[in-house]
Amino acid sequence: MKRREQLWAYLFIASPILGFLLFAFIPLSYSVYVSFTDYSGYKTPVLNGGDNYVNLVHDELFWKTLGNTIYSALSIPIGMICSLGLATALNQKIRGIRFFRTLFFLPTISSVIALTLLWKWIFNDTYGLLNHLLEVVGINGPAWLSSERWAMPAMIIQGVWSGLGINLVLYLAALQGVPRSFYEAAEMDGANAWQRFRSITIPCISPTTLYILITSIIGALQDYPRFQIMTEGGPNYSTTTIVYYLFQNAFRYMNMGFASAMAWILGIIILVITLLNFYFSRRWVHYE
Amino acid sequence: MTTKTINSSGTWQRKKHTRELVSKGFAYLFLTAGALIMAVPFLWMVSTSLKQQGMEFEMPPRWIPQHFEWSNYHFVLFDSDIAKGFLNTLLVIVLPCLVGLFTSALAAYAFARMNFPFKNLLFTLLLATMMIPGVVTMIPSFMLFKKIGWIDSWMPLIIPGMFGAAAAVFLLRQFFMTIPRELEEAAKVDGMNPFHTFIRIMLPLSKPALITQGLLNFIAGYNDYLGPLIYINSPEKYTLQLVLASFQGFYTSQWTYIMAGSVLALIPTLLVFFFAQKYFVEGIALTGMKG
Repeated sequence: MKRREQLWAYLFIASPILGFLLFAFIPLSYSVYVSFTDYSGYKTPVLNGGDNYVNLVHDELFWKTLGNTIYSALSIPIGMICSLGLATALNQKIRGIRFFRTLFFLPTISSVIALTLLWKWIFNDTYGLLNHLLEVVGINGPAWLSSERWAMPAMIIQGVWSGLGINLVLYLAALQGVPRSFYEAAEMDGANAWQRFRSITIPCISPTTLYILITSIIGALQDYPRFQIMTEGGPNYSTTTIVYYLFQNAFRYMNMGFASAMAWILGIIILVITLLNFYFSRRWVHYE
Repeated sequence: MTTKTINSSGTWQRKKHTRELVSKGFAYLFLTAGALIMAVPFLWMVSTSLKQQGMEFEMPPRWIPQHFEWSNYHFVLFDSDIAKGFLNTLLVIVLPCLVGLFTSALAAYAFARMNFPFKNLLFTLLLATMMIPGVVTMIPSFMLFKKIGWIDSWMPLIIPGMFGAAAAVFLLRQFFMTIPRELEEAAKVDGMNPFHTFIRIMLPLSKPALITQGLLNFIAGYNDYLGPLIYINSPEKYTLQLVLASFQGFYTSQWTYIMAGSVLALIPTLLVFFFAQKYFVEGIALTGMKG
């Protein structure tokens, strides 16, 4: 009887496990191998030791794109502060909460391509909406996407805007889970709004903050499509992210070995950052 | 003595009341500003999609077009590839959405309720796939699919998704754990096998979780750009997102068409969100708290 149930269980989990082997484990193992070869995608791979990794370390563009990626991740803290502020406002008994929630969530359900095309136009220096609005208040707006200095800030603004909704919903859920009695007790003790926010709200929602932080970092380090549509990595590589560079090496220059090595370096960076995050989280994340 | 207490507690109440009013006022101010920033780009998109060609760059910008150019929509719907892209997208996402949901649910049930050797190890392994950055598997997957001749076909977009996804297994497992055990025990006594129990009892009970996960799958599939970009080359196989992206090249200066296409592309996910908002937001909130 027990045997039979175990058999059923294995049958039930067979599909995702098989999927894991076929579409994750095999490609991963192969990817390690390819990263140590010279491979164009057509001829058979030729082992070249650690050449790809050595070249990578000496590749200026690799470091530049890595720097760009980290720069673009500035959207994470900005976005988190904005979404927490909005969630706090929404957490009060407010009329029209569904309306606001839907509006902020809109970018999350919209396609990246539609939004990116839209923003590409908003940032246009001569007929874009943003510079027009700036003109109204007397500011002469920069040539956002075609200026080396302003292209990345523009991408950060767009990134914050499009990521706001999902973080807002997560924070709102967390805020609603903070026990009312904590606030009441603090108020009786004479704590003002800021003190209550600092010593009750922030610690209580810290698990959600950690979740948002980790998923946002992983997402930001792999960000790609919107850069391709909006700036094509330019001007002068100022918005080429590491995955953009990887993509070009793999599918344009057919440098699969080099690109695989890059993918692994990025993978390891992501892993290390995630683990560090978990490690340091012990100091600031409070579970009940 | 008593009156004094009442009085002071009354002022306290009143003070609290004014404070609440002030903080609510600030909240509304803040939210309205935020809402405007969120809404303006979308409104601008709709406005432009209805403008006459050449009027889109008019200065100062006009929010309500002088003349509503509905022909932009007519053009995009009937004279561009958007309808075809939409159909292709539906063809590509139906199987992974439905079959993937079923296989994920089946596995989630086994992980939630059945006992078997290596259960925890296998579950951890599955969850580990969620941690691996997509870019690491991108290149070898491309090579794998090339080897079996799936490049420029929809196969790489359809087949892997049908096996079920770790994130879905995780979410559904959390849900199955909350269903009372008595129900299944009764079924067992009646001689139902585990598969029957799953189909007849667990599936009907887990409708909210299934709907949430189904919607997440639908929206992710509908908006996927990277997958089709890597695997599809022939324009007649383009999914909606590729068609939209190609608008940029085909109609470089015709922003009115691009915006009309973007509005049309938004409608399906907007409808899905509108009708299922309750499940959707709650489902996401649930996954957030578990994280």
